[in-house]
Amino acid sequence: MTKTTNQKAWYFVVPVVGLVAFNALIPLMTVVNYSVQETFGDNVFFWEGVKWFEEVLKSERFHASFLRQLAFTGMILAIEVPLGIGVALSMPRKGPWVSVCLVLMALPLLIPWNVVGAMWNIFALPDIGLLGRGINALGIDYNFTQQPVAAWMTTVLMDVWHWTSLVVLLAYAGLCSIPDAYYQAAKIDGASAWSVFRRIQLPKLKRVLTIAILLRFMDSFMIYTEPFVLTGGGPGNTTTFLSIDLVKIALGQFDLGPAAAMSLIYFLAVLLVCWIFYTLMMRNEEQ
Amino acid sequence: MAKISLEKVKHSYLAQPAEPEDYALKQIDAEWQDGGAYALLGPSGCGKTTLLNIISGLLVPSLGRVLFNDTDVTKIPTTDRHIAQVFQFPVVYDTMSVFDNLAFPLRNRGIAEAKVQERVQEIAGMLDLEHSLRRRASGLTVDGKQKISLGRGLVRDDVNVIMFDEPLTVIDPHLKWQLRSKLKELHKRLGLTMIYVTHDQTEALTFADQVVVMYDGTVVQAGTPVELFEHPNHTFVGHFIGSPGMNILPCEVENGTVRCAGHTVQTASSGRPRADARKTEIGVRPEFVRFDDHGFPVEIVKVDDLGRYRIVEVRYADQRVKMIVNEDLAIPSETPRISFDPAATRIYADGWVVN
Amino acid sequence: MGIELRRVTKHVGSETHIYETDLALESGEFNVLLGTTLAGKTTLMRLMAGLEKPTSGEVWHNGDDVTGLAVQKRNVAMVYQAFVNYPNFTVFDNIASPLRVAGAASGEVRRRVESIAELLKLTPMLERFPNELSGGQQQRTALARALVKDAALVLLDEPLANLDYKLREELRDELPKLFQDTGATVVYATSEPLEALMFGGYTATLEEGRVVEYGPTVQLYRAPGSLVSARVFSDPPINTAQVEKRGPDFFLTESVYWTAPAEYTALAEGSYTIGVRPHHLTIGAKDETSVKLCAKVLVAEISGSESIVHADVDGNLWVSESHGIHPFEVGDIAELFLDVKRCLYFDHEGSLIKP
Repeated sequence: MTKTTNQKAWYFVVPVVGLVAFNALIPLMTVVNYSVQETFGDNVFFWEGVKWFEEVLKSERFHASFLRQLAFTGMILAIEVPLGIGVALSMPRKGPWVSVCLVLMALPLLIPWNVVGAMWNIFALPDIGLLGRGINALGIDYNFTQQPVAAWMTTVLMDVWHWTSLVVLLAYAGLCSIPDAYYQAAKIDGASAWSVFRRIQLPKLKRVLTIAILLRFMDSFMIYTEPFVLTGGGPGNTTTFLSIDLVKIALGQFDLGPAAAMSLIYFLAVLLVCWIFYTLMMRNEEQ
Repeated sequence: MAKISLEKVKHSYLAQPAEPEDYALKQIDAEWQDGGAYALLGPSGCGKTTLLNIISGLLVPSLGRVLFNDTDVTKIPTTDRHIAQVFQFPVVYDTMSVFDNLAFPLRNRGIAEAKVQERVQEIAGMLDLEHSLRRRASGLTVDGKQKISLGRGLVRDDVNVIMFDEPLTVIDPHLKWQLRSKLKELHKRLGLTMIYVTHDQTEALTFADQVVVMYDGTVVQAGTPVELFEHPNHTFVGHFIGSPGMNILPCEVENGTVRCAGHTVQTASSGRPRADARKTEIGVRPEFVRFDDHGFPVEIVKVDDLGRYRIVEVRYADQRVKMIVNEDLAIPSETPRISFDPAATRIYADGWVVN
Repeated sequence: MGIELRRVTKHVGSETHIYETDLALESGEFNVLLGTTLAGKTTLMRLMAGLEKPTSGEVWHNGDDVTGLAVQKRNVAMVYQAFVNYPNFTVFDNIASPLRVAGAASGEVRRRVESIAELLKLTPMLERFPNELSGGQQQRTALARALVKDAALVLLDEPLANLDYKLREELRDELPKLFQDTGATVVYATSEPLEALMFGGYTATLEEGRVVEYGPTVQLYRAPGSLVSARVFSDPPINTAQVEKRGPDFFLTESVYWTAPAEYTALAEGSYTIGVRPHHLTIGAKDETSVKLCAKVLVAEISGSESIVHADVDGNLWVSESHGIHPFEVGDIAELFLDVKRCLYFDHEGSLIKP
């Protein structure tokens, strides 16, 4: 099918473009402005060129939080994507249970970030929280406010609880769109369940999974509220992810120049990863 | 290869069917010979796909038995029935090459790689796919993909029956001819039992040795294409097979003479309808209606020139009759008269032929 | 008058969908666009409707340049292959929707909808929703929506392709009648030559983004201006072969030759291409001028009243279509007769040599 080329459609986009310009482009330009200057308040600025960029890129603190961020995102993707596909595969394809499952799946997605953080904070508290007390009762020493490993695991678990549903819903929609004939053909060809998954379901899910991974990557890479409420970045700096660190620099220390430079590097990193990932997936598609 | 028997097969999609209307298949008894080419022909909703799914094992019939070579397979799952199926829309494994697609059913069954290579090459040769073996299956045209679907059935040597579910629906007309004659050729060459489901009479008649015409969950008539064309035993068959379908005209039978809107008509039916028949009709195909100076007068309503022949619609009293007139014959311009070929005109009582 | 494309082209990215085209369709007539998938039928229709803008050239309608005019302002109606209806509207509301958009009074809407519904046999279904209808009824509803608008230009893009064979036959018969009195210019896209012949009217043959030829349907079928046009307009495919004219005779091979029909005696010596429609290559001789060929049977099909034989005729793969039942086995030698008076003769460029 060919697409219509009616230029008038662009008029519909104008309000959005205006809004995006106002919301994103203007603040972004302010950030760019800060990132190349030094200020001591009173709107007095000194040109600093790429000094802040160099400083940030060389700073060990940035390296550490960047690596922490990568590890976190990698970890939750490695858990949420397979788990999401697994749950989607085991959900019923028809019958009264479909809507029950879908509503159950959608529930965590409806809860605001800060509430999720607060919920898990209380849930995991070693003295009064159900989870915290439960684990301690099993004889495992657990205190996420004190132990880095426990803090990490709790943060990851919280994200998995909050966001796996998104992957499930996308994968489920993808699975539902596979025509029955494919499954029948696979039965006839004597394919094992694994073959069906590997040769039919996974290829057909490729597009939705690309979207799911991109969404989860972007979202988790920029995660702020939940870990901030849960651990506040601690104990020490062990769960200080990029955005938490950024806020500390910008608002805690008022180092606007480095914070602006860090924001831009952060932004470009997200953009770059998304672009590379998307291009790779789509190039395969065309072959 | 197998003989397929259906014994009193009935199927309903309802949990507790009560009325006959609740059944998608009312009662099917059939025996299909090993190596035969069969077609299930009928309009949408006649039960042909239900029947196909029962044979392939995707559905278990509510009642009755399915036998392959006299072995009851009614409850045996699809995977163990050794069947192959080609669907309406081509099913290929997108990420695999054409070769791997063809090899898939063999590899799934743990066949040695050397044997796989040999079989795939052989089948690819038959289907003219040998030059695309290395290509990704998703890159092929629709007819190429449909050949792969077929090929996956042909590579196996344990196949009892190959089933086709309207396989040419998405294929362009000029390629339909090629694929259909390929099918025919493969059938002759490999001697496989084939069952072809379609609503298209041309496809059914040209493909099959035996055509099973279905309507409303029952088999109306089964026979060779020629039998169905020349001796339809129900007005539905007469109408459904042939293009345009058979002319069906109300008539009265009195003292052994058949009158159709006042004109006496000679028929091939020697018997006479039972007295309690609610409606009596005569059926005659447009191919067997001709202009004849000794016939009865009609008025020409419409002439459609189809190049090789013309379809002429004529009217007498309030009846309309379609006739096929060859391109070499002239259409009389004044006082046209027509007659029916008595050998091909039959009486139908309540839809069923009177012999 | 009517719809006219003047030097229209359509490029999408680096691909050419329509090469420069001049086409003036007959106003108030049934016009068929005939070509295979991707020949450009749909693109041409979309250009005519104003759903797409030509890359260059102009679209004229009833003497006005409408090239840039939005589709909403053009008074066109379109029906697609897929059944497009508003799922949450009843059949009545579906049919009424174009009238309501145009702001017709409710009494007028009711009157018009009811008369169109009557015409399309939808009266009993007016209160139902589209998903409660059969495919044929859904497509009738879509057609009714197109009809009720009283559009000057009605575009039908393979509207019958998704329907059962018999339903298709029925609607094919009704369609031209429906539009007969509206005075609308109807454009109908199809890939089936037989469909074009059934509609009569005018046909444009399309191939790979080019309009090959346009003219009255039957005339175009009988004397296609080029080999390409003949190929597009033939089902089963037209048979072609090289022949040599020497003296008064055409030679297919050294042993198979015939005296040139009177119209071609003056033709210069040299090589030509003949086109033989399958029904001009028959099993029995038509008359004493028919030329006998010996052919090796590849596949034989019988479709009730016709026998179709795919055969190797001196290295050419030919199809023969004859009346009657003539069973052959693969490998048999069949005697086929060529009706040389009805052969089409083409020159080097593939243009028809007009007698």
